[in-house]
Amino acid sequence: MDLVQLQRQLVDYRTSLYHEGFLDEQFTQLQSLQDENNPDFVVEVVSLFFEDSERLLNELSKALEQQVIDFKRMDAQVHQLKGSSSSIGAHRVQKLCIVFRNYCEAQNVEGCLKCLQQVKHEYGIIKTKLESMFQLEQQILNAGGSIPV
Amino acid sequence: MVMAASETKFHVLAVDDTLIDRKLIEKLLKTSSYQVTAVDSGTKALEFLGLNNNDHQDVKVNLIITDYCMPGMTGYDLLRKIKESSSFKDIPVVIMSSDNIPSRINRCLEGGAEEFFLKPVQLSDVNKLRPHLMKRTQTNVNKRKAMDEIVSPDRTRARYNELEVN
Repeated sequence: MDLVQLQRQLVDYRTSLYHEGFLDEQFTQLQSLQDENNPDFVVEVVSLFFEDSERLLNELSKALEQQVIDFKRMDAQVHQLKGSSSSIGAHRVQKLCIVFRNYCEAQNVEGCLKCLQQVKHEYGIIKTKLESMFQLEQQILNAGGSIPV
Repeated sequence: MVMAASETKFHVLAVDDTLIDRKLIEKLLKTSSYQVTAVDSGTKALEFLGLNNNDHQDVKVNLIITDYCMPGMTGYDLLRKIKESSSFKDIPVVIMSSDNIPSRINRCLEGGAEEFFLKPVQLSDVNKLRPHLMKRTQTNVNKRKAMDEIVSPDRTRARYNELEVN
């Protein structure tokens, strides 16, 4: 695939992520902050999001396996996940966290379990999509091209 | 970056317990030509200021921007400690929060905060900081203006409705 095709593929891919609601304008904000002084800014922030999310999803799974469920602590953890997903523009994950918090507030175990599954699912999707996007960007850079805005 | 002799680089102290948000706010502030120190708690912020050393200001800080929800000392607690200190009460304080709770916003503004930003903080928010740095005196007009901006945000992006319980 030549450079122009790669660049077009990236633009199309990125556009679809916005259209399908995976990403929102906050991701665009992140990209606009990246410059020659900080060429890996987006990748660095997104990597932090991946680390944070995986840690929190593990903790939430464990919390729901307990005999006595600590809903207050879970709510604080979902709040953190909501915050970090919002900071990078991971729109679907963020929206699910809002619903999740409502179930925590209501101390609804069934609701929480269902939500956790959904969040894990959406997180998996956005992680794969962002990694694919970064790979495409790297291919373009390796081919000597620049990332289209 | 070459700085003109007359240009002042303001020093902002950013406080947030989340690494992602610290990284973000630091980048936003640096992009706006501020010098930044980022710490992860209110306690560390006070230590940095030198509040614990006989109330003597060790470092020159022109503005403090802090997250509201932090374990231990909240952003509001930090705000009050700053405003109750004779050495530091004139430093403008801005509060950030991911939760859009009007009573919380009012409380912070009443407590002396110059602005209240909803997270995720954007460059357009950071652009609102400079007037607070140039003009060091607080007036009721400034406070009202901040409240108007919060009540009727001029943001063009759509915000979902959160079901928040105070």
